[in-house]
Amino acid sequence: MRRPRGAAHRGNPHAEAREIVFDFLEGYDLLGAFWVTVQLTLLSAVGSLIWGTLLAAMRVGPVPLMRGFGTAYVNIVRNIPLTVIILFTSLGLNQTLGISLGAHNFDTINFRLAVLGLIAYTSAFVCEAIRAGINTVPVGQAEAARAIGLSFTQVLTLIVLPQAFRSVVGPLTNVLIALTKNTTVAAAIGVAEAALLMKKMLENEAQLLLISAVFAFGFVCLTLPTGLILGWVGKKVAVKR
Amino acid sequence: MTEVSVAKDSVAATDDLVVLSSVNKHFGALHVLQDIDLTIARGEVVVVIGPSGSGKSTLCRTINRLEAIDSGTILIDGKPLPDEGRELARLRADVGMVFQSFNLFAHKTVLENVMLGQVKVRRTDKHKAEEKARGLLDRVGVGTQADKYPAQLSGGQQQRVAIARALAMDPKVMLFDEPTSALDPEMINEVLEVMQQLARDGMTMVVVTHEMGFARSAANRVVFMADGRIVEEATPDQFFSNPRSDRAKDFLSKILHH
Ligand SMILES: Nc1ncnc2c1ncn2[C@@H]1O[C@H](COP(=O)(O)OP(=O)(O)OP(=O)(O)O)[C@@H](O)[C@H]1O
Ligand SMILES: [Mg+2]
Repeated sequence: MRRPRGAAHRGNPHAEAREIVFDFLEGYDLLGAFWVTVQLTLLSAVGSLIWGTLLAAMRVGPVPLMRGFGTAYVNIVRNIPLTVIILFTSLGLNQTLGISLGAHNFDTINFRLAVLGLIAYTSAFVCEAIRAGINTVPVGQAEAARAIGLSFTQVLTLIVLPQAFRSVVGPLTNVLIALTKNTTVAAAIGVAEAALLMKKMLENEAQLLLISAVFAFGFVCLTLPTGLILGWVGKKVAVKR
Repeated sequence: MTEVSVAKDSVAATDDLVVLSSVNKHFGALHVLQDIDLTIARGEVVVVIGPSGSGKSTLCRTINRLEAIDSGTILIDGKPLPDEGRELARLRADVGMVFQSFNLFAHKTVLENVMLGQVKVRRTDKHKAEEKARGLLDRVGVGTQADKYPAQLSGGQQQRVAIARALAMDPKVMLFDEPTSALDPEMINEVLEVMQQLARDGMTMVVVTHEMGFARSAANRVVFMADGRIVEEATPDQFFSNPRSDRAKDFLSKILHH
């Protein structure tokens, strides 16, 4: 975005006009901000897929204590606004309890806290998507698996989850798209992702509508491929019944 | 039953493979199993028969602890049924189970269905497991279907694969819960023949079924259940030609004259 103006488009009559229209982008690290958004999304996605799957395993597992924990976790966390969770990581975990997640400078600490908050929140939805998928697999499948002596973990990973995956892909796609957009809440604790930059630009520049459009376009560019790729994966893993 | 069980205790580990004593089980307010005493000797074939809802399936499922019991004891080969966990998984591998609805793993091929338990539970090496799986599939007459998925097979073929899957674990005893009641009439015999052969080979079997032909030709003993109790135990001939209890007479008249 900061390449020397005009250099790439010399001789093109449309280039001049384009440069005037997008003049307001000058001096802002748009790509850098979206890169932070991408990092927030990817790290939180991986974390919440892992933690969400574990939560789902607890909720369908044989140990009453874990079932109780899983149920309580999901019902509490998904009913708290994400902004509150993110603020809590900063005000509660960091400023009150002094937890800094191994980081030393302010930006890194807040980035990690935001990832933690996003994982904590998103995993509740991942858990429910997976649990709904597990419920679509006939109980006979798990019973037959237990009857030949597979352990609970084996039953889940070898028999139930592979068959649940197909019906989980759709809802999970929605969760991941929501996560991408939810990363904007990290701006609340000063993480320099796309939404924070947008706020700054809206304060300093005149082209309010254009700025919004650019950021909207940026987010669509991030979420659209997620939907397309996962939709394709969903078709690939169809179970023959 | 109870008089003999005292004498039998001393030889429990050698003769009696499955011993249930005073087993009770509730589903909420429903008392599904009421003081069940049942001893199954090694190599014995026991047919369990009785009206719908009498607790036959539940009885079967308590033997490999797919259902936990409320009181009483169950011994398999002299050892009490362990609680949930690794021990229980090991025991379940020794108790084969065949379900009414087959329950083959839908996302795995026939061959993989029969190999899975060997590889993941018995830790058998893959080549040996495959060799054994193919042998068993041949034995139950579906060797040519090895690479298909369960949904591509007929019900009779699926149930024979399910039997092969259970046999692959080298079980000490096999439980069958109405293995032919979900099948079209023309497929019932192909499954019964496999079970008959198994009985001749000396497998210990508990079979919930209303197939009288099978009971007469393969069973050593018929156990008649009603309302969660074992009402009558007899040889198949005695039971079918000369039932003692009124419940059994009533039940037999219904299934014989429909
Ligand atoms: N998981 C369960 N929860 C509550 N009640 C159950 C459950 N499983 C079975 N029952 C009830 O327990 C009773 C015995 O059921 P069971 O399946 O053992 O009977 P059955 O003799 O096998 O009957 P059928 O010939 O219809 O298969 C029935 O009244 C049934 O409704
Ligand atoms: Mg039944």
